Amino acid sequence: MIDALTALLGAENVLTAKEDLVPYSFDGTATFRELPVAVVFPRTTEEVARCVKICREHQTPIITRGSGTGLSGGTVPTPGAIVLCLVHMTKIVEIDPANLTLRAEPGAITADIDAAAAEHGLFYPPDPGSMKISTIGGNVAENSGGLRGLKYGVTRDYVMAVTVVLPDGEVATFGNACVKDVAGYSMKDVFIGSEGTLGIITEVLLKLLPRPEARRTMLATFSSMEAAAETVSAIIAARIIPCTLEFLDQMTIRCVEDYTKMGLPTDCAALLLMETDGHPAAVEDEANRMAAIARSHGAMEVMTAADEAESLKLASARRSAFASLARVRPTTILEDVTVPRSHLAEMVTFIAETAAKLELTVGTFGHMGDGNLHPTFLTDERDEEEMKRVHQALDLIVSKTLSLGGTITGEHGVGLAKKMWLRDQLGDASLNLMKKFKETIDPDCLLNPHKIFD
Amino acid sequence: MSLKKLDFSILQQCMHCGMCLPSCPTYDTTKRERNSPRGRIALMRAVATDEIPLSQSFADEMSFCLGCLACQSACPAAVDYATLFETSRAEIEATGVSVSAPRRLLRFLTLDLLFTRPRFLRVVGKLLRFYQVSGAENLVRKILPKRLRELERQTPRMAAQFSNDLIDPVESGDGSSKKVALLTGCVQDLVFSQVNRDTADVLLANSCEVHTPSVQPCCGSIHSHNGEPGMARENASRLLDLLPPQDFDAIISNAGGCGSHLRHFSKLLPNEPRAALWDAKVRDVHEFLAEIEVRSPDVAPFEEEKRVTYHDSCHLAHGQKVTLEPRQVIDLIPGIERVDLSESDWCCGSAGVYSLTQPEQSQLLLERKLGHIRATGAEILLTANPGCVLQIQNEMPELKIMNPVSLLAQAYRNESKKL
Repeated sequence: MIDALTALLGAENVLTAKEDLVPYSFDGTATFRELPVAVVFPRTTEEVARCVKICREHQTPIITRGSGTGLSGGTVPTPGAIVLCLVHMTKIVEIDPANLTLRAEPGAITADIDAAAAEHGLFYPPDPGSMKISTIGGNVAENSGGLRGLKYGVTRDYVMAVTVVLPDGEVATFGNACVKDVAGYSMKDVFIGSEGTLGIITEVLLKLLPRPEARRTMLATFSSMEAAAETVSAIIAARIIPCTLEFLDQMTIRCVEDYTKMGLPTDCAALLLMETDGHPAAVEDEANRMAAIARSHGAMEVMTAADEAESLKLASARRSAFASLARVRPTTILEDVTVPRSHLAEMVTFIAETAAKLELTVGTFGHMGDGNLHPTFLTDERDEEEMKRVHQALDLIVSKTLSLGGTITGEHGVGLAKKMWLRDQLGDASLNLMKKFKETIDPDCLLNPHKIFD
Repeated sequence: MSLKKLDFSILQQCMHCGMCLPSCPTYDTTKRERNSPRGRIALMRAVATDEIPLSQSFADEMSFCLGCLACQSACPAAVDYATLFETSRAEIEATGVSVSAPRRLLRFLTLDLLFTRPRFLRVVGKLLRFYQVSGAENLVRKILPKRLRELERQTPRMAAQFSNDLIDPVESGDGSSKKVALLTGCVQDLVFSQVNRDTADVLLANSCEVHTPSVQPCCGSIHSHNGEPGMARENASRLLDLLPPQDFDAIISNAGGCGSHLRHFSKLLPNEPRAALWDAKVRDVHEFLAEIEVRSPDVAPFEEEKRVTYHDSCHLAHGQKVTLEPRQVIDLIPGIERVDLSESDWCCGSAGVYSLTQPEQSQLLLERKLGHIRATGAEILLTANPGCVLQIQNEMPELKIMNPVSLLAQAYRNESKKL
């Protein structure tokens, strides 16, 4: 098989030495590791299709990978698998300002896509935390979110078409540049968020928006998480849809202050970063109203950025949240349970109490506008006893999330990390239908096996 | 020092999020994980846990790494890559996986012989100077084979006078209120001794009493970087004896690569009580000037207005996190228009001896840097590390390259001319 792949791609695009493989034995997720048997770098859809046919002949599983920044173990190899890495397919093929679309190869970097759109005064809104290095193929396969979910939605909302290499090596395109299209099942939606288990995405057609002309950033501090949550509810009740409503809990605020020394009040229980964008007059009006609402709902302090530089400074409190937490202990376990917005404060409190009860360190931050939380456990994977308590805490958090009508993952995917809870969320009927689907499209279970479910 | 003996939590601190990948010049070239910081850390971890042996392939990877530390600036989890990298290189040297006779001889001549004996280094510098100005150089260039000729071309031009010819051991101006030590470096001393003179002048003009011992040991950066921690420790101890940190308000370095190493003596010498104080007092000259609110000169350094741009040396920007201060110093100088350089903190490919050990990758980075420099239309490139100056000047001899502190010194000098 290696010989056939080498004959197809050339020796420089097939790695088999152990020193070359070790760095592909993990992704951005803590604790999962497994060596692949080889790593291959195809450069065209045709090469991907031929790789799939070769692997199929040898019944070798394929793990599709971009930059390997996933947070659910989705690109961790399964035993005996090859990694098919698309980082050389980076072209932004075309931007069509008349139809507001952008066509790109799967290895194109997310931030580069938005930068290319910006050159035409256009905007690609999804902004996952790793956008400087994450690939668009990975974003589509994981249906990645970001900070702008409340107003702008997630990756799925911007995918108009995908070209996919199917498990039998055939190439199919689902969707097109039409805003309206009801011809048959919406198959593209099956592949979005399929985590590499149904097909290999080799091209995407994305929807773009006009770039907002103005943006205003504000930071508010609160003495309780409930006050911050009420502020968010009041803002939405006032018919304002901010592009960003991000929160940090007290533990996270303290870590951020330790790290950045930006002068945050460490006695406050919640910090809210709010951003509105759009027409300059609307932005001005909304910013003033949001600040007033925060004050009338018990904000201790509201800071409004005067210009772009100050905006960046305020936003850095949120952007450095994960970094500030990650420094504290050797192992950082980042979760992304999500609840309906109205239950967010309750969930944050539950997480803090659970951690205290089990003597664990946790910082929670996330997207208050869309109920997506990032409880981040700071631990040490070598301490088995403590890791046991971390898993205990995660089980409790998941049960609580599901009892509130939430989901085990808002934007990171199921992968390996969350598959033990999927049945609890979906129930037998849904999960069995998903499995039937997988068996129909990939009967030999060659594409990213044992991910999402077994 | 070995990866196995190293505190495992330093390796574990890498959560392999991948945020370092876009900052890494070698990953950018190959797009292969093993050529990235997180890939290299994974290999180090695999060596530490006996998953892979310490092989030639591992040694090659550590040689391919520039050690530019751009990954440290990008890392959200504050991984101490410098320690991991230096430990790996030290272990490679200690186990001898990449030993060959010519390599051993070259390392002995440079690391053991030249860069531990400052007086001897100066003698060699004087001989080189004679070789370069006497005409012998031109003769030799005609007879050398091509590969050696290319290497020879990279030999820096020795200055006519070294730092000790230009700077007295103690200099002070009127009403000096701060006592500082000035480190003259090795390459800086031999090739850019005028930068040391300029640094002393600027410090004098800002109320400092400047102590510059005429013979100074190498700081040990080159040893630490090339897997010889023992020699690095010896040099550090000699510096501590020569310039006891309690005697000075600050210890000034004007070379990015040295400064980055000089700040970590306490890591190198954990049982040396003076090391922590030393680390706390080391300052890059621009950082020190910004701290003491450097006096803005009244006149411009040149008759006409000049457009300049600033290139961040890796070990000043990423190793020492000094990026704003040199720009602040430049912006104080009248008659100077500073324009931004794209990718200003991307390595120029100099990286110590990298241009010799990895000529292809080095050249690739150099060309990328030159493209950005040309695009600024600047007449003067400002940068604060001798390695970068040599690397860029070699390929762009027509470009004027200065240390920001030299530009400031020139403006101060023009003030006295006007009086």
